[in-house]
Amino acid sequence: MAQAPALPTGFELPLEPRLPRIGSVDQVAVEARATDLSRRSIKRETKLFALDLAVRMMDLTTLEGADTPGKVAALASKAVRPDPSDASIPSVAAVCVYPNLVQTARERVGDSGVKVASVATAFPSGQSPTDLKVAEARRVVELGADEVDMVIDRGAFLAGRYAKVYDEIVQVKEAVGETHLKVILEVGELGTYDNVRRASLLAIAAGADFIKTSTGKLSSSATLPVTLVMLEAIRDVFDETGRRVGMKPAGGIRNAKQAVQTLVLVHETLGVDWLTPDLFRFGASSLLNDVLMQIRKEKTGRYQNPDYFTID
Amino acid sequence: MAELEQRGGRTPAPSKWDYASAPESREIVTLEERYGLFVGGEFVEPRSGDYYQTIAPASEEPLAEIPQAGAEDVALAVSSAREAFEDGWSAAAPAERAKYLYRIARILQERSREFAVLESLNGGKPIRESRDVDLPLAAAHFFYYAGWADKLEYAFPHRRPKPLGVAGQIIPWNFPLLMLAWKIAPALAAGNTVVLKPAETTPLSALLFCDVVRQAELPPGVVNIITGDGRTGAALVKSDVDKIAFTGSTEVGKAIQRELAGTGKKLTLELGGKAANIIFDDCALDQAVEGIVNGIYFNQGHVCCAGSRLLVQESIYEPLIEKLKRRLTTLRVGDPLDKNTDVGAINSRQQLEKIEELVAAGKEEGAEIYQPPCRLPEKGYWFAPTVFTNVAQSYRIAQEEIFGPVLSVLTFRTPDEAVEKANNTPYGLSAGVWTEKGSRILWMAQRLEAGVIWANTYNRFDPASPFGGYKESGFGREGGRHGLEPYLAFDGAESTGG
Repeated sequence: MAQAPALPTGFELPLEPRLPRIGSVDQVAVEARATDLSRRSIKRETKLFALDLAVRMMDLTTLEGADTPGKVAALASKAVRPDPSDASIPSVAAVCVYPNLVQTARERVGDSGVKVASVATAFPSGQSPTDLKVAEARRVVELGADEVDMVIDRGAFLAGRYAKVYDEIVQVKEAVGETHLKVILEVGELGTYDNVRRASLLAIAAGADFIKTSTGKLSSSATLPVTLVMLEAIRDVFDETGRRVGMKPAGGIRNAKQAVQTLVLVHETLGVDWLTPDLFRFGASSLLNDVLMQIRKEKTGRYQNPDYFTID
Repeated sequence: MAELEQRGGRTPAPSKWDYASAPESREIVTLEERYGLFVGGEFVEPRSGDYYQTIAPASEEPLAEIPQAGAEDVALAVSSAREAFEDGWSAAAPAERAKYLYRIARILQERSREFAVLESLNGGKPIRESRDVDLPLAAAHFFYYAGWADKLEYAFPHRRPKPLGVAGQIIPWNFPLLMLAWKIAPALAAGNTVVLKPAETTPLSALLFCDVVRQAELPPGVVNIITGDGRTGAALVKSDVDKIAFTGSTEVGKAIQRELAGTGKKLTLELGGKAANIIFDDCALDQAVEGIVNGIYFNQGHVCCAGSRLLVQESIYEPLIEKLKRRLTTLRVGDPLDKNTDVGAINSRQQLEKIEELVAAGKEEGAEIYQPPCRLPEKGYWFAPTVFTNVAQSYRIAQEEIFGPVLSVLTFRTPDEAVEKANNTPYGLSAGVWTEKGSRILWMAQRLEAGVIWANTYNRFDPASPFGGYKESGFGREGGRHGLEPYLAFDGAESTGG
């Protein structure tokens, strides 16, 4: 992008006494660092701990045009009790669905502690007028969502209209009130790590509780380097302001090994404080069963036939 | 393991998350109780009759008995190399030489795990580095120079390159096998035979390499390996060789140059360094921190081109140092054979004492020391990663090569000042520049007196890239086409060095 990032009104990270610094990201080096960390060897009790944590951090997701109450009810039941044959397996963090299915999910999870998250703001493209997006966000909260996953307006961002992106997030945040707001950057459309960093800081400055990589609708999504860039942005904000922002990689994390590598990244970038579902989530639809299978393998020393894990 | 700790109203977070140890198995390595000298394609007992113990620096465990070659042993090795040179190697078809080098490269790849484990065991470096850096690069050097062996006429058009004869090569302990590859590959490609002396403390990978030489069916005497301390090296310098290639300390390098003055023997020296790693305020900060860590803690700082002097632009000083200190707390110091270890053992007691002496001097001179909390093993030689801030250009820790995991941080205000400070050293091996401005990288590179300048990266090597020093960091280049030149004579051209 040729033009310098014009800081929109209200774009204030309290960086005093230093000059506000957006900073930049070196592509080669950040990819090398992510590769290095992915080679950490995680074994035995460490692995079991990480896998258990991955279950507790999971936003079990279905976001299809074909979603029905039946499908969502099945998914919500799985979220509450992921492995009926092993009582030590915890519930996942949340189920993530389209607005029309929030009530179904709400009823099924009941008082289990599993949260209901809903996408909003013209997911996945975000190409709708701001007032409609704000209204949608407000509505999903009324429908019973505990958490709202909004998308940023990538069209505006890539056109350099940062103020529009910022203001929209601010308005959505106002509309959802205390409800937990996750802001989806859709990194696959941002093109550069510099843009990922800028969008992360912009979303955080506008009031995001979490920043999230992707909608899951693109093939390029939550890679390790992208996750690392976003974690570093979160760390910089914490250093400057003390504010703890959460992170949610979503899309592309399909197996337990990737999940563990991602947790290593979190651990080495932000430390153990972020190893909690309050500050870190995985958005995934097919990850859970692989994690369950690996947990059983760690416990019994053998791989169980996949037919023993429910497909929901 | 993770102890759970309740935080006010929030989900319990673990108070720590340790990685279970993941050691690489030693089984793959078979050690002899006692080794011989590799002369004329055979292991022979030293005429000197002397042996010394080589150990694992991480545990002080004795590993094997190594011959201390005397002057007579050196002379035998040199005459074996001379014979092999005259009996065919120099006249062999260049493509034949290439064939052997390709073979060696492939065997190194095939046996890389064995070599990596041995390198970490005998040298103390983390298995992550010997596996991912030393071994792939060593094989790459043989592949690269294999390619040149039958193309020397094209490397130096109209100059009629010819081999020199016997090359005496003395290598250091920081990258034992890689330095061996840097020395042997170009020498053989150019048609020379060699007598190589590995460092006193790390002879085992060179001795295992003899096995590779035999496996590749290299003609006997083309590669000879003799072991011993500095006395053996001195005998090799005095012996009837045509060229000396030395990598090591500036002090020894100067002594070798005095010894060879007037003898007509060719000489290349790759000596010490005190490289400036220069951080401008517009750099990608988190990646620069990684570069700083890689620059000075890679291989415990036992790197001649280590970025041991950090020059930071004052406007970015505080956040950078904060980030650096925090990054240091995640460095894992310990068992070199654990796949999760980032920083291994110091190579020898002698080196540890030198590091301790200079660090004590730094404290005394008034620099502020920072070391992350880490528990060092009780046995073996260890030194925690160390950062000195508040360092003045005049302190010893800013002037002398420490050759350990110790970083001295200085500041600058303008690019001119950065260049002035960076060049204000007797050394000139390498430098690093971190900035997002391409034009500034070029501006700096023109002014820095250093053989290698890295931009937005550090300690990155490639066999195609020449490496060597300015000023007291030595002369002659290794790697690339340039690396062939010191092993060749040219019709009508003056020899250099010596």
